[in-house]
Amino acid sequence: MLQNVDQIRADFPILAETVHGKPLVYFDNAATTQKPRQVVEKLTEAYYKYNSNIHRGVHHLSQVATEAHENARKTVQQFIGAAHDHEIVFTRGTTESINLVAATFCEKFCTEGDEILISGMEHHSNIVPWQLMAERKNLKLKVIPFFDNGELDMEAYKVLLSAKTKLVSIAHVANSTGIVNPIKEIIQLAHAQNIPVLVDAAQSVPHFKVNVQELDCDFLVFSGHKMYGPTGIGVLYGKEDLLNALPPYQGGGEMIETVTFEKTTYNALPFKFEAGTPDYVASVALAEAIRYMQHIGLDAIKQHEDELLAYATEQLKTLDGVRIFGESMHKSGVLSFLIHDIHPFDLGTLLDQMGIAIRTGHHCAQPVMDRFGIPGTMRASFAFYNTKAEVDSLIKALKRIVVMFA
Amino acid sequence: MTINEIQDDIIEEFSVFDDWMDKYAYLIDLGNGLPVVDDSIKTEQNLIKGCQSRVWIDASYKDGIVHFDADSDAIIVKGIVALLMKIYNDKAPQEIMNSDLYFAEKIGLSQHLSPTRSNGLLAMIKQIKLYGMAFNAKYGG
Repeated sequence: MLQNVDQIRADFPILAETVHGKPLVYFDNAATTQKPRQVVEKLTEAYYKYNSNIHRGVHHLSQVATEAHENARKTVQQFIGAAHDHEIVFTRGTTESINLVAATFCEKFCTEGDEILISGMEHHSNIVPWQLMAERKNLKLKVIPFFDNGELDMEAYKVLLSAKTKLVSIAHVANSTGIVNPIKEIIQLAHAQNIPVLVDAAQSVPHFKVNVQELDCDFLVFSGHKMYGPTGIGVLYGKEDLLNALPPYQGGGEMIETVTFEKTTYNALPFKFEAGTPDYVASVALAEAIRYMQHIGLDAIKQHEDELLAYATEQLKTLDGVRIFGESMHKSGVLSFLIHDIHPFDLGTLLDQMGIAIRTGHHCAQPVMDRFGIPGTMRASFAFYNTKAEVDSLIKALKRIVVMFA
Repeated sequence: MTINEIQDDIIEEFSVFDDWMDKYAYLIDLGNGLPVVDDSIKTEQNLIKGCQSRVWIDASYKDGIVHFDADSDAIIVKGIVALLMKIYNDKAPQEIMNSDLYFAEKIGLSQHLSPTRSNGLLAMIKQIKLYGMAFNAKYGG
């Protein structure tokens, strides 16, 4: 466990808040994490000291803001080990990143009857953008099933990969169960048939080291707000030649080279995909969040969270009638469960009264719930600022609540 | 009793609880006590959208009054449904559509009233009033 967790918690003012008169226990980190003072101060600093539209002005402030935004891009590049900083496109988040790839990739490379391969454990944001394109271009969406323990059926995956498959788009870590997919093997198998792979890293990048060149993924997407950064900023990583091959997504300022009413030529990467004024304040704060994580250390974060997950799992299993969804050696940060037949809404409502924030429901992954034959689960998800004492509070609260339904 | 008289009764009933646990334990009791409804009312059409739990409300009209049958798969929501049934069941369509619901806030359930709140108390009330309006339009006040 992290030795200095008290010191870390002091960086997150919200963790000292009370809810319904009780100290807040925040276990909804897979939905969004809290922000350290350093990140919030970075936002303020940008607005107070060098706010100015980037890439346009010759004046001093514009140059400072531009440099800060472009340095943030470099921070992201180094963080995920990308070969070039122009392979980093700033978006509004994971959802927009996937929509961008779905719209442009399918437009360029897919024709009627082609297939996009996703898995049964995807978040809605890695389902619906493909369905929209599938409807528009008469494509087929194929789904890799998973086993009862939540693990991906790799044999089925091998069978589903075919000459018709144009792209594999898959979660690195499933948001509803915490299952970590064997992403490297998934990518290798696809590449053996020259099929590119998009990795939805929204639930992995915040928790452990991810290196795009090591994985050799073609696209990788994630959100700032799930990794201690601000809302409204996310990342699309794409290999240079693939990004170059794609048509622009949105049109506007910034993404152009020359515009006449007859013909417009487009700017180079990454600006081709950043139409309009980008969120150059959020990007800078995202870079600060990355530095904050790096300061703690990605390996230390992983170890702390893994221990917490193991401890919570073990403690939860001491309760009667607990069912855990996603039981595997390969998990990260998420504990999804039900107790007896108690509806997740009921448990969640009562936990809230005790100051404990966990997510209830389908977690934007309704097909996963259908697969398990349940309406939803309780999901506790962890961050490096969580403690074993907080897990104890959760278990104690659950024990008190379960009696009410007896 | 009028809708407001029933609401006042409920507010008084809840006023004895000074602990949130007692209040929710009572809601759970109410939920368990909600009359069992026939599965045939649990149709897609009767399902209230926008709830994290599933809620079904069915309504029928006879001799100037509206009768509701309702159920939910979450027990606390069922308790809230039971309160709504107490208030609205067997009332005239016009009284239902013109009602002003203030009990939820008074008994500390207002957190369930915001439109984004997943138990959809607002959605339930809206649906009940819609039934009132529909029967009123069809059979008169």
